Amino acid sequence: MSTLEIRGLKVSVDTENGPVEILKGVDLTIKSGETHAIMGPNGSGKSTLAYSIAGHPKYQITGGTVTLDGVDLLEMTVDERARAGLFLAMQYPVEVPGVSVSNFLRTAATALRGEAPKLRTWVGEVKSAMAALSMDPAFAERNVNEGFSGGEKKRHEIMQLELLKPKIAILDETDSGLDVDALRIVSEGVVRAKADNDLGVLLITHYTRILRYIKPDFVHVFADGRIVEEGGPELAEKLEANGYAEYVSK
Amino acid sequence: MSTLTTNYLTPTGREEAWRFTPLKRLGGLHDGTFKLATRNTLALTSSAPTGITFERIGRELVSAESKTDDVIVGRIHEAAKEVSVLKIAANAELAEPISLYRLAGGLTDAELSRVQIRIGANAKATVIIENTGDHLIAEDIEIICEPGSNLTVVSLQEWDSKTIHAGRQHAIVDRDATFKSIIVTVGGDVVRLLPTVEFKGQGASVELLGVYFATAGQFFEHRMFVDHLVPNAKSRVNYKGALAGQDAHTVWIGDVFIRAAAEGTDTYELNRNLLLSDGARADSVPNLEIETGEIVGAGHASTTGRFDDEQLFYLMSRGIAVEDARRLVVRGFFNEIVSEIGNSDIQDRLMNRIDQELEKAGAK
Ligand SMILES: Nc1ncnc2c1ncn2[C@@H]1O[C@H](COP(=O)(O)OP(=O)(O)OP(=O)(O)O)[C@@H](O)[C@H]1O
Ligand SMILES: [Mg+2]
Repeated sequence: MSTLEIRGLKVSVDTENGPVEILKGVDLTIKSGETHAIMGPNGSGKSTLAYSIAGHPKYQITGGTVTLDGVDLLEMTVDERARAGLFLAMQYPVEVPGVSVSNFLRTAATALRGEAPKLRTWVGEVKSAMAALSMDPAFAERNVNEGFSGGEKKRHEIMQLELLKPKIAILDETDSGLDVDALRIVSEGVVRAKADNDLGVLLITHYTRILRYIKPDFVHVFADGRIVEEGGPELAEKLEANGYAEYVSK
Repeated sequence: MSTLTTNYLTPTGREEAWRFTPLKRLGGLHDGTFKLATRNTLALTSSAPTGITFERIGRELVSAESKTDDVIVGRIHEAAKEVSVLKIAANAELAEPISLYRLAGGLTDAELSRVQIRIGANAKATVIIENTGDHLIAEDIEIICEPGSNLTVVSLQEWDSKTIHAGRQHAIVDRDATFKSIIVTVGGDVVRLLPTVEFKGQGASVELLGVYFATAGQFFEHRMFVDHLVPNAKSRVNYKGALAGQDAHTVWIGDVFIRAAAEGTDTYELNRNLLLSDGARADSVPNLEIETGEIVGAGHASTTGRFDDEQLFYLMSRGIAVEDARRLVVRGFFNEIVSEIGNSDIQDRLMNRIDQELEKAGAK
């Protein structure tokens, strides 16, 4: 049983005109097995929240705490956070030229498991993880995300989620850019990861369609750097119908 | 003091071709103040397969196939009484690469070495030259590609730390021939190489590939010149370098000349540098001169940058420690070219060497 606890999180980014505050005090608790959906207008700070928890160097933490099972994540380096059990499926997965998917996955699995996976079982493990996401085995020999289509990148993220078995996963718009079949395939991957590892999920999305596959326990409305309303799945339906007008001041 | 009578002007460092080179560290190769050694250190690794000959021939029997305005190459042609000639017979198809290596050298006197590699019409071969040890050496390699031939020359500068190496690898590429050069420079104190190409016949195609990794105090210069003097030839240049440590200095010059007669030319050159620490300097100067508009394409690009934070973040967000993430990114950066060598033992050795250079530099 794991708990990710975010308390009063404030985050700024450095700009030419000095630091700009993006997150203005975020409180959120995610436990194993729970699914929290975050919905909110463009630019409200959802990706900032995801990156800040994962430790992206661009973001300055100016206040608050983030702990995983009571341990301070903000003191940790990016890789330490991952080894503590955190996973971020990125909105825009990064291309890494010259590094093959298979080399990347094996290096990551070695780091996370503390020892190199046995070659015999590993090959099968990767094959079945790729098959589960309907990825052509040829992707293993391609360079990480290089030349992948938008949807292929997202499948690759969720394939890693299943393979690397974190405790808490943040999925930043994993559903964006997916065709109907890919949406189902990717969603089923998340549902499997939840069932197999009692994964806690923070799911950032603009659309309710993914929530039909991955049923949220809680829905949070995000606006102007903070959570402005919380509710159950019905809140997502209401947002889809009415938009965010009542939550944004301008 | 060498008794050479060369008419070449001794460079002062103000000339365009010498403005980056630390002349004081050239062991006198540029001004003739070296003691001439008698050794010939280039040797065949195993006995020559059929269709191949490797002999030292008196220079009166081997005329130079090319001109040069480089003073060091000029001195080599004056000083070398013999030429090491590697011949690949016409129509030969070699499954295995021809491998050359270095006998013991020295730093107190200078070897001036003249080499000719000649591949006969429609033959196909790969030549690998493995340069190791500590040498003071100037070497000119003329590479003659006869019509329809297909030659790859891999030149590995895995020198020890005191080596001074200057020279030229000049390819003369005839009709419908394919020539690929891969130059790897990861060792030595000063290395200055001129990979140059002269197109002799139409339909020829050339690739000049290179990687270099300079750490503290090392100077590596690669100065291409691709001369498109006939129509319908194709050239590609792609050099990638990394630098780490105080006063690591690399120079890449890409001169491509498309003469008026060279209609239908297709050329692109690229140089990318990865600066892994402060105190290192990468000079990169692409230079395209075009005398005809009737070409297929001509372009160049040059970039010098640091580690990509987004790439490191992505790898680290999967639990990979920062040193391992850097190693992956650097290996990935070089992989595009190293993988072209087509010999997994050498590729593994070079990648391990690159890991070591990175570790040595403690790059941030
Ligand atoms: N360097 C920067 N300078 C100025 N503003 C920045 C900088 N970096 C980020 N921001 C701003 O931070 C805000 C939050 O961005 P973020 O990516 O977190 O939004 P988001 O909620 O994920 O939006 P979307 O739904 O479009 O993905 C945006 O308004 C963005 O412009
Ligand atoms: Mg976003």
